[in-house]
Amino acid sequence: MIGIVNLNKKFGKLHVLKDVSVQIERGCVSAIVGPNGSGKTTLIKSILGLVKPSSGQIFVNGIQINGDCAYRQQIGYMPQVAQFPENLTVREILHLVKDLRGNPTDLNETLFDQLGLEKELDKRMRTLSGGTRQKVSATLAFLFNPKILILDEPTAGLDPVSSSILKDQIQQEKAKGKTVILTSHIMSEIEELSDNIIFLLEGTVRFEGAIKTLIAGTNQQNLERTIAHIMMQGVA
Amino acid sequence: MKTIIKVIKYEFHDIFRSKWLIAYLLFFLMVTDTLFRFGGGGNRVILSLMNLVIFVIPLISILFGTMYLYHSQEFIKLLLSHPIHRRSLFAGMYLGLAIPLSLSFWLGVSIPFAYHDDGSNLMALGMLLMSGVFLTLIFTALAFLTAAILSDKTKGFGVAILVWLFFVVIYDGLILLTVFIFADYPLEQPLIILSLFNPIDLARILMLLSLDISALMGYTGAVFNKFLGSTWGMALSIFCLALWSILPYIAASRQFQDEDF
Amino acid sequence: MSQWRQTILTVLMLLSSLAPSLSAKTYWVDPSGAFSSIRAALAHATDGDTLHVAPGIYREGAITIDKSIHVIGHNLPQIDGEGTYQIITVVADSVHIEGLHLMNVGVSFTQDNAAIKCDAVEGCVIENNTISNGFFGIYLAKSANCVVKNNQIKGEAVREVNSGNGIHLWYCKNILIEGNTVRQHRDGIYFEFVEHGTVRNNLSEKNLRYGLHFMFSHHCRYEQNQFQQNGAGVAVMYTQDVHMVNNRFQKNWGAASFGLLLKDIRDSEITQNHFVENTVGIYAEACDRVVVSENRFEQNGWAIKLMANSMDNTFRRNNFLVNTFDVATNSRQNFNTFEGNYWSTYRGYDLDQDDVGDVPFRPVRLFSLIVEKQPPALILLRSSFIGLLDIAERVFPVLTPETLIDPSPAMMPVTVE
Repeated sequence: MIGIVNLNKKFGKLHVLKDVSVQIERGCVSAIVGPNGSGKTTLIKSILGLVKPSSGQIFVNGIQINGDCAYRQQIGYMPQVAQFPENLTVREILHLVKDLRGNPTDLNETLFDQLGLEKELDKRMRTLSGGTRQKVSATLAFLFNPKILILDEPTAGLDPVSSSILKDQIQQEKAKGKTVILTSHIMSEIEELSDNIIFLLEGTVRFEGAIKTLIAGTNQQNLERTIAHIMMQGVA
Repeated sequence: MKTIIKVIKYEFHDIFRSKWLIAYLLFFLMVTDTLFRFGGGGNRVILSLMNLVIFVIPLISILFGTMYLYHSQEFIKLLLSHPIHRRSLFAGMYLGLAIPLSLSFWLGVSIPFAYHDDGSNLMALGMLLMSGVFLTLIFTALAFLTAAILSDKTKGFGVAILVWLFFVVIYDGLILLTVFIFADYPLEQPLIILSLFNPIDLARILMLLSLDISALMGYTGAVFNKFLGSTWGMALSIFCLALWSILPYIAASRQFQDEDF
Repeated sequence: MSQWRQTILTVLMLLSSLAPSLSAKTYWVDPSGAFSSIRAALAHATDGDTLHVAPGIYREGAITIDKSIHVIGHNLPQIDGEGTYQIITVVADSVHIEGLHLMNVGVSFTQDNAAIKCDAVEGCVIENNTISNGFFGIYLAKSANCVVKNNQIKGEAVREVNSGNGIHLWYCKNILIEGNTVRQHRDGIYFEFVEHGTVRNNLSEKNLRYGLHFMFSHHCRYEQNQFQQNGAGVAVMYTQDVHMVNNRFQKNWGAASFGLLLKDIRDSEITQNHFVENTVGIYAEACDRVVVSENRFEQNGWAIKLMANSMDNTFRRNNFLVNTFDVATNSRQNFNTFEGNYWSTYRGYDLDQDDVGDVPFRPVRLFSLIVEKQPPALILLRSSFIGLLDIAERVFPVLTPETLIDPSPAMMPVTVE
């Protein structure tokens, strides 16, 4: 579904991604994990074209992305921090994005309904709390029934109820055969949601494969301990 | 093209809601109207406005432009995760700002002229309106270029003000210095060429051609007379202003293509 | 020619031949009549007679009028100088010439040939004539008490050296020049050693050199004339007691072109004139005691260029509207007075509400000095940088004349009845 070959990204002197090569399979939930600053968000943004790679190729559905934008029609993205034009209302944001997407009729409004955004519709973005912004952001990611969902720390800042609503939604989408990429710091959440894992450390891929395989290979009882174990090894 | 229009639409929405654009319109309305009430007729008003146009429009355009691009980071990030070309987004944002700015200036100046109509020099008024629009386009583009290159806001504003200061004052100071240093050499042609590299000078010369032709015709040099006293000079100035609007925009758009968000 | 006129002519001829002692006889000149030339009629005429000239083309070379007669052209009969001759030379007093179309005067480098030349005569009237392709148009020499009125004078001058003036006066007194139109000569109206002349309501335009040019012509009055688009505008020199009232000087463009050039003019008045769109409105050199008042200077390059050798001149109640430079001078010294003028560039205030600005105005800009020294700097005109320089100079005058100020600038344009 998504292939990344020898991807490098430098921000000035900082070499954030070093020769990253990853395959993300269709119909699976792949989690990108790693400590802060390991390059997770940069990798995600590279796939979205928000960050321009220094070298390497990215293929989505077998087609290399190269300044093109049509492939993003298939992607729903929820950024780590939800940023919106402060002057627009929720309604206007939704309208704007729908308009840009060519006003499709086949919309997934589950999250919108379940997260209770109805009553926030006419509020300006700047008046909304961080959590509510996350809800808007999540709604937008799922709204257009994209084939690929890219969720950067989706549950951060959400209350437990909303968080579980979102997780249910992810499960449902996975059941529909969608490809999901997510990052999270909560290992239990990843273990709960994901099939595969991409473990980034200082810009390089330390492990790529099924979670089960990873845990089995290190003889630890769960993902959290497994990751900790690997990181300790890295330090040692 | 469709996306550009969609972006412009939302920019308009955002800009017209904020108060500074209204303030900008009111500023020109009030200044023009007040100038009329001071007496001296439309031509005097045009002259005073000219001083204002070559000073204020570049300043406001470059400051608003820089501010706008920084302020729109969220908007850009939001939109770029959707199927939209960076080039279209950039064009939309540029026009979405430059059009309301130009329009405010146009209306702010034209409305008082319409109801104070006293048979003023229409040619000069036309030149004023055209120059103002060109300067808006050019300095908005320079602002976008500055903001696209410098991600640091403080640095960006600093550079924006320097760029403005350079074109509005420093450049002409250097020209005057050149005139005195090379007083013994034929300077007409070099001076004209130097002027082409400053959009504010170009706009100024364009307005001079309709306001101060009597004085310009007093100049003995043949090159000046050929340049200043004919439609050729006007055409060249307009052409260069057009180039000035396009080139910084293209550079800024290129820069925007390669930016990381 | 109509039958009845033939009859009248015959009768008149008979009368004139039968009764030569009767005064004020009338002759008809007609190409197909008894007198087919002006010369022929002239030979028969005596003082006080009238010559009617019927329409037609008359090629008679040089005609000299040496009798005090009245020549009246009907429907502009064409008197052709064939590019060779001075057409009419008047040497008798009280000659009246009207309604002729004089054309193709002979161009000469040695003689000032004219369509009509009055030489040492008095009381002549030249009116309602059309003169085309005159070398000189109407030329009055050593004459007095004459009137030149409502003539249309259009030359074909291309170069100064082989062209003449439209209306040319030399050593004359008490002459009235009124309602004429002069185009495309060397100078439109030229006075040299003329006294007590009045030039009123004429239009002088598109002449190669000056629209009006006079020297050593005292006690003359110029009013309601229009001088426009002349190569060098209007130049007046070496004269005192000149009155210029209500004239219009317009669009005289060029490096050496002036709305009104004053050189050595003394004890004169220039009032209620319009100076519009000239490179220089008034250029004054070595002028003394001239009062310039209630004029309107609008959109000139330089409204006034006042050279430092001018003294005791007064500029009062003028309107300076949107000129590139209001006043320029060539020295830090100033011995002239500016008061109560309206300056459109004035930015002062009037707290006591007496319609006079509370802050004096300095009409000389630093930039005008810069341009005087370095003409190419003109390209910086109205630059913000120059604006800053000018403001600085106005606050701390270092280079501009400190005493050249208008202490009582008007807040609103001065109204002139």
